[in-house]
Amino acid sequence: MNAIGWPNWRRLNQEGIVFAIAILLFAAAALGLPGFLTADNLVAIVRSVSVLGILALGMAVVIIGRGIDLSAVAIMAMSVAWYLQLLNTGTSDGLAFLYVLAGVLAIGLLNGFLVAYADVPAIFVTLATGSFVFGYVRSQLITQDAVPVPGGHWVELLGGVRFLDIPVEVFVFAGLAFLVFLFLRYTKWGRFIYFAGDNPVAARNIGVPVRPMLVLRYVLSAFVALIAGLLTAASLHSINTRIVNSTLLYDIVLVAVIGGIGLSGGRGGVRNVLVGAALIGILLNAMTIIDIPLLYQNLIKAAILLGAIIVDGIINPRDEQTAQQGDI
Amino acid sequence: MTFRERLQAWRYNLVPDHLVGEILTKRWTDNAIPFLALVATLGVFGSIIPGFFKLTSLQESTRQLGEFSLVVIGMTVVMLGGGIDLSVGSIFALSCFSAVYVFFILEQSIWLALAAALAAGLVFGAINGYLVGYLRLRAFLTTLVTFIFGRALFDILVTAYAADVQLSQASSDVLDFIGDGTFWGLSVSVWLAIILAIVTHIALTRSRPGWHVLAVGGSRRSAHNAGIRVRRTVFMTYVFSGFCASIGGFLIACRLSGAGPGTGLNLEIMALTAAVVGGVSLGGGRGSVVKGLMGAIIVLTMTNGLIRLGYGTGTNQMVLGILLAVAVTIDIRWLKNRHKVLNEVYVAPVYLKMGETQSAAPGSGTSYELDNRLSAADHIGLGELEGPEDVILDRDDHLYCGTRHGEIVRFFAPDYKRSEVFAHIGGFPLGLAFDRDGNLISCVGAMGLYSVSPDRDVKRLSAETARSWTSIADDARLRDPNDCDIAPDGRIYFTDSTKRYDAHDWALDSIENRATGRLLVYDPKDGSTKTLLDGYRYTNGVCMAHDGKSLFFAESWACRVHRYWLEGPKAGTAECVIRDMPGYPDNINRASDGNYWMAWLGMRTPSFDLSLRHPDMRKRMTRRLPQDEWLFPNINTGGVVKFNEKGGIVETLGDLSGNAHPMVTSMREHKGYLFVGGILNNRIGRYKIEGADPNWTSPASYWGGKP
Repeated sequence: MNAIGWPNWRRLNQEGIVFAIAILLFAAAALGLPGFLTADNLVAIVRSVSVLGILALGMAVVIIGRGIDLSAVAIMAMSVAWYLQLLNTGTSDGLAFLYVLAGVLAIGLLNGFLVAYADVPAIFVTLATGSFVFGYVRSQLITQDAVPVPGGHWVELLGGVRFLDIPVEVFVFAGLAFLVFLFLRYTKWGRFIYFAGDNPVAARNIGVPVRPMLVLRYVLSAFVALIAGLLTAASLHSINTRIVNSTLLYDIVLVAVIGGIGLSGGRGGVRNVLVGAALIGILLNAMTIIDIPLLYQNLIKAAILLGAIIVDGIINPRDEQTAQQGDI
Repeated sequence: MTFRERLQAWRYNLVPDHLVGEILTKRWTDNAIPFLALVATLGVFGSIIPGFFKLTSLQESTRQLGEFSLVVIGMTVVMLGGGIDLSVGSIFALSCFSAVYVFFILEQSIWLALAAALAAGLVFGAINGYLVGYLRLRAFLTTLVTFIFGRALFDILVTAYAADVQLSQASSDVLDFIGDGTFWGLSVSVWLAIILAIVTHIALTRSRPGWHVLAVGGSRRSAHNAGIRVRRTVFMTYVFSGFCASIGGFLIACRLSGAGPGTGLNLEIMALTAAVVGGVSLGGGRGSVVKGLMGAIIVLTMTNGLIRLGYGTGTNQMVLGILLAVAVTIDIRWLKNRHKVLNEVYVAPVYLKMGETQSAAPGSGTSYELDNRLSAADHIGLGELEGPEDVILDRDDHLYCGTRHGEIVRFFAPDYKRSEVFAHIGGFPLGLAFDRDGNLISCVGAMGLYSVSPDRDVKRLSAETARSWTSIADDARLRDPNDCDIAPDGRIYFTDSTKRYDAHDWALDSIENRATGRLLVYDPKDGSTKTLLDGYRYTNGVCMAHDGKSLFFAESWACRVHRYWLEGPKAGTAECVIRDMPGYPDNINRASDGNYWMAWLGMRTPSFDLSLRHPDMRKRMTRRLPQDEWLFPNINTGGVVKFNEKGGIVETLGDLSGNAHPMVTSMREHKGYLFVGGILNNRIGRYKIEGADPNWTSPASYWGGKP
């Protein structure tokens, strides 16, 4: 498979394998599980992975550029929690949204600046900012773990929007996926992300603005996280900040990595996110129908992620001679 | 002197700028920042929390510190090996559960519980080690996943068995003592942490496996090429981390007599923050156990302090996030820019106004007037030699010289066509002298004073002198031993040109012009080295006077020659005998007519003399210009000067063509010929001296006729 072209079906790759497993799993569940192959359940599957998929889209763009954003979930939950808190304490909608937008962009810029200009590894930067965002918003800006959506607000109404009986977040996911697909494949800036992810030094030497684009990616990722947070609040009518301590973050990485987006950058695209999201969606749904407790679901997901990373390590082995010192 | 110039002289000669650079070269500056942070943290929280320093309060908080420190020690070792272990929290929790399960539910002895905890930690660590070490997966993501896995497992186990543990009747005095008791005022966990810290520190700094860890962390590829088993070393670091975390888990099992959903939560980010705040470098190779411990105290004091001050949920994460971001950024920037900062501030020029000198121009009629006589010298070893700084001849007329490859080369008499490597010392052999027994004594640049016996045994005589109390830079080490000569009683007098620069950085020393050159003496009777004189601008050549009661030594950048008295009324003092020469003096040796030969390595130029009066300009120059555009002493024209006992100039020889001997660093008279060497030259010259004694040799002059 070339970097961003069409798959070469003759060679088996991770994406192909995962896609095949997803289809097999789907078939098995359709045959074996009662109530799996109903229209309602299929919509539920797609709906359940929509928010995950949206977050994974943002993560994918960052990973393709050889980075990672561990602050995504914190930004998603805490920005919306702060927004709702502002609304609940009587700040006008426009002003509140402006504050939150500025905050989200500021964190994205901070991430990008530290990674691009201070040369700090992305993992540590985003781990630190994620911790900081959660801690700061939780201790300084909001008063309890869960913040409800004020009655009659547009976020609440958004949760009720249906089109052909399909909830709105599915369309948002589809629309964002299409936009990201266009961006990555058909714009100059999208191609530059692949160049920078594949070989940052060479990309810089041919004149790609590598550093500003790094900042751009983290800002994009933060912005996507805000959208995902609004959709979560819309469907649940509140936002629970404990989600930051849950395994959602690892689910996002799981979707991206299991779909075949190499962690060393420069590989993969939107299709990989869709395949990964399909597998995880089917898997989670099936586990829920079989009634596996959440704790065991986490164990299974962790095992799958471990397997995915091992396979990734074998398919995209690290080259000892070119690996950067301190690249952990 | 104008007022402005006087101000400059005060500013640059009295303000000790050079200390900043010397402090920055110290390795302990790496520790200084976390140490200051530690003191500040303890000070702030100690003053705002009432009773912080009370014994009972300290005992309680250090108990937790002991457990946490154990985990941080493990994390430190993994990070030193170039990895990271995010699963420490899970290992901690699972080990805690293993101990609790064995003790409370299986009702086995406490020691079996300890074994179970250790086994859990070692197995988990081995899995991490296998994945990261042998499968070469990315440490961060891999341990992140094993962390989730372990956490999920722990959550399942804890919910399943929590009630049983509550109902268990098992108890043990040992468990209570480990959990609550103290030994000499300190809790068991603190003792364990101290012991493990000491053992780990010794292992890292003084044992082969520890060095392997540091080597792998410093440069994986080089370690592999050096034959270190990189994969096994990485594997072992994770096993060790698992071991440390499991002891921590066992201790908390004893302290809390149970395991809860909160056990080991957020421990990984706390331990990571502690290690990084303490100054353990991401990516490996730099750091120490002590740094990790300092970070552990800082992080735990901050997080616990904030809880005791009543700040709400989330404050910890906020503080940890800020600490981690700041520490990581400082670490990365410091690593990247340390040498740049050092280069910026290390060179700290001083002011010097050189005295007016007589001209050395041909036809000027002064005694320094250069001529073209040296251009007629024969050449020896042309193209075979690189850098014969000094030359010397033995009683059998063989010719010896040092080379920049660290060798002493011997040319055989009588025609000096054949040569051999007489001895390999290393460094850059500079000044040479024969002692009474025919041993060849050499000042080896960057190494020290060495002796080579006639049967080629190389022996180090001295590499250090007494450390002076007030110096920040380590001035015990000889950085640039330059020339030596031997007194009749066998004591070796030698010069160490500068305390601030290595031998090859002599140009920087000339630009800085700080007076740090020394005259030292080595006593072969007891093997001691003493500093006789200090504070000269690049001490260089040394020569015993013909009567052996005094010696001459050259002070290159000040263009002076001094006489140091060994005996007589002025014993132990130095006086200046030649000042304000037009050239920079190098080695000095005896001449057959009772006078002395002195080499000029280069000539003073008005431009460089002027720049010596403008230290600010030289400072800017070293900071802003590339090295090959710097102004430094001219070394393209030199010569040989003969002076008498009183310091009067007798004659001057030069090579105006610039082809054979543009710079001269040494010359030796032997049987009517003058042998000429230059540190940047590719040959030794042999020049026939008009009217010289055809039988005079240097060994005979020093030690009498053939024995």
